[in-house]
Amino acid sequence: MDAASVPGGGRSILERSPLARLPDRALKYSLTVLAGLILVLIVYFFIRLVGQARPAFAKEGVFDFTFGNDWNVSAEHFGALPLLVGTLITSALALLIGVPVAVATAVYATELCPLRLRAPLTVLVDLLAAVPSVVYGLWGIFFLAPKLQPAEQWVADRLSFIPFIGGGLVTIPNYFVTGLILAIMILPIVSAISREVMTTVPADHKEAALGLGATRWEMIRIAVLPYCRSGIVGGAMLGLGRAIGETIAVTILIGDAPKLAGHLFGQGYSLAAVIANEFGEAQGLHRSALFAAGLVLFVLTLLVNAAARLLVLRASRASQPKRPIGDRPARDHDAGGPPIAGAVGV
Amino acid sequence: MSARETPPDLLARFDVSPARRRKDKIARGGILAATILALIPLVLIVYYLLRKGLSSWSPSFFTTDPTGNTFFGGSNIGGIKSAILGTIEIVALASAIAVPIGVGVAVWLVEYGRASWFANIVRFFVDVLTGVPSIIFGLFIYIVLIVGTGSSYAGYKGSLALSLLMLPVVIRSAEVVLLLIPGALRESALALGAPRWRVILSIVLPTALPGMLTGVLLAVARAAGETAPLLFTAASTHATNFNLGQFMNSLPVQIYDDVTSPTTAVVNRAWGAALTLVVMILLLNLIARLIARRSRLA
Repeated sequence: MDAASVPGGGRSILERSPLARLPDRALKYSLTVLAGLILVLIVYFFIRLVGQARPAFAKEGVFDFTFGNDWNVSAEHFGALPLLVGTLITSALALLIGVPVAVATAVYATELCPLRLRAPLTVLVDLLAAVPSVVYGLWGIFFLAPKLQPAEQWVADRLSFIPFIGGGLVTIPNYFVTGLILAIMILPIVSAISREVMTTVPADHKEAALGLGATRWEMIRIAVLPYCRSGIVGGAMLGLGRAIGETIAVTILIGDAPKLAGHLFGQGYSLAAVIANEFGEAQGLHRSALFAAGLVLFVLTLLVNAAARLLVLRASRASQPKRPIGDRPARDHDAGGPPIAGAVGV
Repeated sequence: MSARETPPDLLARFDVSPARRRKDKIARGGILAATILALIPLVLIVYYLLRKGLSSWSPSFFTTDPTGNTFFGGSNIGGIKSAILGTIEIVALASAIAVPIGVGVAVWLVEYGRASWFANIVRFFVDVLTGVPSIIFGLFIYIVLIVGTGSSYAGYKGSLALSLLMLPVVIRSAEVVLLLIPGALRESALALGAPRWRVILSIVLPTALPGMLTGVLLAVARAAGETAPLLFTAASTHATNFNLGQFMNSLPVQIYDDVTSPTTAVVNRAWGAALTLVVMILLLNLIARLIARRSRLA
């Protein structure tokens, strides 16, 4: 703009009048405020949640509340261990069942399946994500759980020598069925992320493996899976975050018994389910304890999700420089926006 | 590599051994089996939804409110009119809140914030929002708008909880679409003398519109199926209601209430309502996919 500037400090003919520049400023600052608002909102909510949870924490102590094994509403005694354990057991089951299946579908869709089948298969797996939580709960409690109960009882009887799995009476709502439904619910997200990571595997890696004489499976094992490991782990962690926070399906299927079930096929409770189930009637300290349970849940999901994001981020960063020049230049926009000359206009 | 030039015994050395071949077959079979296993629940859910849901569908099912007479078999339990209308109202208001804010934040991230430290913090917090369990959003709104004001449940409070849930989805999808717009498009507008705000409003946003619409519809579909944030914000009621300041019924909450009922007729109503909800969500998904396919950017 130097060439166009007028000697003597006057305004260049190419420069906008201050009034015309006003809308630009206004838009910029209002959008900045909007973005900042999100930060403020989250922090504000967090502080208010801590404030509501304080009476329960003050009475029980933070540690005793989180790890105390007694959730007794009528005695006003609140220890969240049965809820925490229920959340962790069902989420772990969901990962154990869901992740291998999800990764297998991703491998099948990206490496093995006929090209014509790839799109329909992807759509079908994604459809699982479109089913609402409450519908999973409805289907689980009226179809899956009753149908599975005899099989579960058979397993529990045969494996009665293994503590925690066998020996007990199998109830229709239980930890295992809940974990199974959660596995179905996290399948689409884990599968989608795994698929996305697998498409970034450079073709030369795969061709190199095949060229050295590897079979298709050996190629997948040598070239694809190790390359995608951190991405898959990140996807699994995001799935874990979903499973931990899942509320309605769990409330319907876990049995809502505020104690630790002695075995895998017994009724229990989870952090999210206790809030959904008891909040409506809760008063005073009980309500505060439910807020505290919400806070524990919130912190738990924050930790899991932060770890997941880091892993996915590292996976996508690691895969970027390795991508050969001739490969598809698909997602290259992580670099921080399109190149716009900053000096122009504003 | 033709067999004519290579002696057969040399070629045999390159053969895959039977053990490796068997392993390959087993592994590929296992992967295929797991893929089929993943699709079984989908088939079963769709089958049961259609079988149980369609049999409870009838004209009166969609045109009457639930009556609340759920304890006596044979009495008229009513339909799901208030739930359908409530879901539409609540989700429409939630979208009206979340979409402008979400698109605004996305525009800021792409056009102004870019890779600055503040923009990265905002992105991090948006990711945090994505991971927050939906019931926690319900608790947030409960604390601020119900404990905070001393008032009771209302439809618009449910909308606010859902809009918090939609916000990260809208922001992230809009950001991805905005990033796909070629920089040259912006630069040519700027070179012609258009101010930044005109570039954003009349070049960037219209170009990104179809792609952003896809993301918005997917966010709406996700919000429409949520039960947990509505439980302590909009509650449930029987009567149809067009005042978002009052208690409001919604399909997911209606289903949740009906699931726990001991009466078969009420459970059947839950199946019918579930089929209705899934059809609504699938329609939104379908439209989103069609738009995504039509537009070059998404």
